[in-house]
Amino acid sequence: MEQKPFSRGLLSSEADSQRTLYPYVTGTSVVALKYKDGILMAADMGGSYGSTLRYKTVERMKSIGKHSLLGASGELSDFQEILRYLDELILYDNMWDDGNSLGPKEVHSYLTRVMYNRRNKFNPLWNSLVLGGVKNGQKYLGMVSMIGVNFEDDHVATGFGNHLARPILREEWHENLSFEDGVKLLEKCMRVLLYRDRSAVNKLQIAKITDEGVTVSQPYSLKTFWGFSAFSNPTAGAEGSW
Amino acid sequence: MSKGMVDVPPKGGFSFDLCRRNDMLTQKGAKAPSYRKTGTTIVGLIFQDGVILGADTRATEGPIVCDKNCEKIHYMAPNIYCCGAGTAADTEAVTDMVSSQLQLHRYHTGRESRVVTALTLLKRHLFNYQGYVQAALVLGGVDVTGPHLHTIYPHGSTDTLPFATMGSGSLAAMSVFESKYKEGLTKDEGIKLVTEAICAGIFNDLGSGSNVDVCLITKGHKEYLRNHMLPNPRTYVSEKSYAFPKKIEVLLTKITPLKEKVEIIESSDAMEE
Repeated sequence: MEQKPFSRGLLSSEADSQRTLYPYVTGTSVVALKYKDGILMAADMGGSYGSTLRYKTVERMKSIGKHSLLGASGELSDFQEILRYLDELILYDNMWDDGNSLGPKEVHSYLTRVMYNRRNKFNPLWNSLVLGGVKNGQKYLGMVSMIGVNFEDDHVATGFGNHLARPILREEWHENLSFEDGVKLLEKCMRVLLYRDRSAVNKLQIAKITDEGVTVSQPYSLKTFWGFSAFSNPTAGAEGSW
Repeated sequence: MSKGMVDVPPKGGFSFDLCRRNDMLTQKGAKAPSYRKTGTTIVGLIFQDGVILGADTRATEGPIVCDKNCEKIHYMAPNIYCCGAGTAADTEAVTDMVSSQLQLHRYHTGRESRVVTALTLLKRHLFNYQGYVQAALVLGGVDVTGPHLHTIYPHGSTDTLPFATMGSGSLAAMSVFESKYKEGLTKDEGIKLVTEAICAGIFNDLGSGSNVDVCLITKGHKEYLRNHMLPNPRTYVSEKSYAFPKKIEVLLTKITPLKEKVEIIESSDAMEE
């Protein structure tokens, strides 16, 4: 009987070329919140290649089926792979032609299983995903991380947004925000991220999902303020120092 | 007895010899003793009349809170205060030392201390120790040249800013400042904004907690508001005290006097002087 050569297992260097070890082209934070009629989600359009801002028109939010909206941060090629998986999922769902369609809760559950199983095989999809949607009047907003941590909340943020945007959302979010208030709150968070996240780009999109469907806005920029007197003359009182 | 090494007279400055030994030990797996850190949120901002500094009051030793109500706003001069984040011993020692140096300087010159003087003394000291003195400071004060606010990093670099945050809760506090700060705030607006920023650190960062300290400095006047806000009160106090229920029956009472084990001899000559 032929003996199989002793395989060094999943973590051998041959298998390395098949696993995701590091992210290469990454997107930065996504911020989302529930408002009166549904979900509002914001993401900028930057794709960084390490420390270079390589791509400046990357759409990091896509609609899934009729009821959901997916936003992703992290490795962009893995995001595109996830979109292909979801495409197939929605296609099979439509082929049943039974009058029912997958809602956000189901898509979130599917994504959680995919992310967790990939992580168990040491080949993760290097993304933090935000899944929001409305089905039959029920709003849903959830998040899945690259190791499979998932939860549902009234407002979520990925990446740097966790540290910079969530404190603002925890203070100022309340039930039944109007559309204008929700957009103002998201813009407040995105402005802080623009000031303090090095991989942020001043070109963002805001997406809205309600019972009627998904609308993704045109890309636009935020106004920033740099006119503090300490910025114009930092060494007042001590010429020559810094 | 042969001498292996020539005796070299001790040179001034910090001796880095033990740093190599420490690195070697950590590589071999020995765990270095953990420092008492102040894992903190400290902030400062400039308002229309001067400077307001704020800090939380939690000091941590790894995962444990070792001091629930410590003071992180240190006195430097009557018109200059300094908040400190990082290793508690380092922030205390370095601010105490520079405070004494400033006082001697005041006696020497006969004038009120300037914020840039404190800034230069601190940054020179920290740079000299190449980041080993782990103190990250927010220095603020008002002197003859006006109100000033600076941040000082452990390696010795400094920034001059209209508003600043340091410590593990700095991002949460900075998100509040970036969205709400504007120039020319009044005293009440400034204190309210500082308190909001510290509260963002207290509730969103695990290394910060307990109460809010605020220090307000204007020309010729300062207010040190220790525990300005206590957003974490102890709300549940049990009505039952730690007393045993009164229904315990006494079955037997027996008193046994203990014998004296040592005989004390009263002697006239006690200890000889």
